[in-house]
Amino acid sequence: MILIVAEHSGGQLAKATLEMVTAARESGREGPITLLVLGHGTADVANAAAAVADQVLVADLPALAQYNAELWAAATAQIAQEGEAHTVIIGGSRSGREFAPRVAVKLDAPYLEDAIALRANGAALQAQRYTYLARVTETVEAEAPVIVVTVKPGSFAPAQAAAAAGEQYDVELDLPALRVEVTGKSVEKSSRVALTEADVIVTGGRGVGSPENFSAYVEGLADRIGAGVGATRAVVDAGWRPYAEQVGQTGKTVQPKAYVALGVSGAVQHLSGMGKSKYIVAINKDAEAPIFKVADYGIVGDVNQIVPALIEAARK
Amino acid sequence: MKILTLVRQVPDAEARVKISGGHVDLEGATLVIDGMDEYGVEEALRLREGGAAVEEIVALAVGPKRVEDALRTALAMGVDRAIHVETDEKLDPIALSRVVTQVAQAEGAGLILVGGQEADWDSQALGAATAERLGWPQLTWTNELKVEGDTLTGRHDVDDGNESFRASLPAVVTTQQGLNEPRYPTLPNIMKAKKKELRKDTLDTYGTAPTVRVVGSEIQTRARLNKMIDGKDPQAAAEQLLELLRNEAKVLA
Repeated sequence: MILIVAEHSGGQLAKATLEMVTAARESGREGPITLLVLGHGTADVANAAAAVADQVLVADLPALAQYNAELWAAATAQIAQEGEAHTVIIGGSRSGREFAPRVAVKLDAPYLEDAIALRANGAALQAQRYTYLARVTETVEAEAPVIVVTVKPGSFAPAQAAAAAGEQYDVELDLPALRVEVTGKSVEKSSRVALTEADVIVTGGRGVGSPENFSAYVEGLADRIGAGVGATRAVVDAGWRPYAEQVGQTGKTVQPKAYVALGVSGAVQHLSGMGKSKYIVAINKDAEAPIFKVADYGIVGDVNQIVPALIEAARK
Repeated sequence: MKILTLVRQVPDAEARVKISGGHVDLEGATLVIDGMDEYGVEEALRLREGGAAVEEIVALAVGPKRVEDALRTALAMGVDRAIHVETDEKLDPIALSRVVTQVAQAEGAGLILVGGQEADWDSQALGAATAERLGWPQLTWTNELKVEGDTLTGRHDVDDGNESFRASLPAVVTTQQGLNEPRYPTLPNIMKAKKKELRKDTLDTYGTAPTVRVVGSEIQTRARLNKMIDGKDPQAAAEQLLELLRNEAKVLA
């Protein structure tokens, strides 16, 4: 079977889970598609999962109320072994890429990380992934009785419901003792749409000029067009914006429909986080800025003049 | 406590990546110690300078001959000695974690520091795979770290924000930007580093082989429209851009 670890939060099945189901269907690997739901109070999630999978295995336990790498790895490896899974698919979120390697080691399995495409090649499984700060697309292949894969969010279309809902089964788990204690948590709340979910992102770089300008222009435009707000590393290093907004190798990777870069020069480490955006817009007064090489639409001009005009024009 | 800090050597972020024969060719590229690993080296030094009971800091690198340059950088930053497992074999993180695990055990390391996602293989797996093999907990994407006795506390990024944590040593910690500002090696320290031990080792004693085969690599090229709009008249430029985003790209309502 193909075992997929469902991602969910706030009682909702995440889009990433539907993407993993598509990855499983497209992979050409045989056997029933099985979703594993780990958590507590997961009835709604399990029902949503049943709509897209052949079967759903549910571990609804108080001990699983909070994600923990060692618990998730132990549970996934145990179910993969009991169900004789030949393919284990995990989301390419921060947490998914944190526990998936532990699953691979537990199962003595090869690990294909952050796949953007997946297909069977005879007995082997082939994946494409980005390397070298997303400048290179690498094709990797593994052949083994069981292979662990993580799937990069946004790389596959969300799966549509199957003809018939899958059966749900409760599973029992032997869980290890918790060794990492969470002593506090701060959730990044924003009235704006989350960066990794946003269809449109407006990002500001040092070329914006000041923290005040950042608020006026970057946030101003984002609010006007209903976009998420991003920042470059230079802006975050300068203390203008929180790290949570940073896009790039050391920040978030995003893939929106439109990425609007204001006063952004386009350093490689930034491009690696946003270079896969469908449309890239660049506004910068330096005509030589590397960002223009990857832009679909570019304006050489002063952000301080163009953006207010843009906010005004978007009102119409 | 002995700290093991892992070091990879990667192309400089601005270096051009070439492909020849279907594989990445680093010939002639400027190679540096990976930025995320550098945060790990720096953090080890700061833990000691901050009064934690750090007996020794050892840097480990696995790779071809040239990788010793990255280890020299770590030595010049202040680590006590270095181990270079010299090989031209390209190991994936799962395979490499076997080497790291055995070195950690032989050295009696109590804390392993490694970059969260290094700039060559864009992988986050080495820290977690090593932790699993050793049976240790792991803290990933750490941006604050404190060691008191055997207790590790700090803060790290998670899916929806960040968390404060407490765990006991031994542990694996993956490092990232925000944790610290790595120091530049000074000339006296570069000179001193030349006298520090850089032990050479071979891969054959570690019983590991790649688990994943690289079939081929290609440079990412995505055709961009590269349409330039004249910015001299901000008003007209703004209107033209909106028109294109609405009607050509169809990304705005």
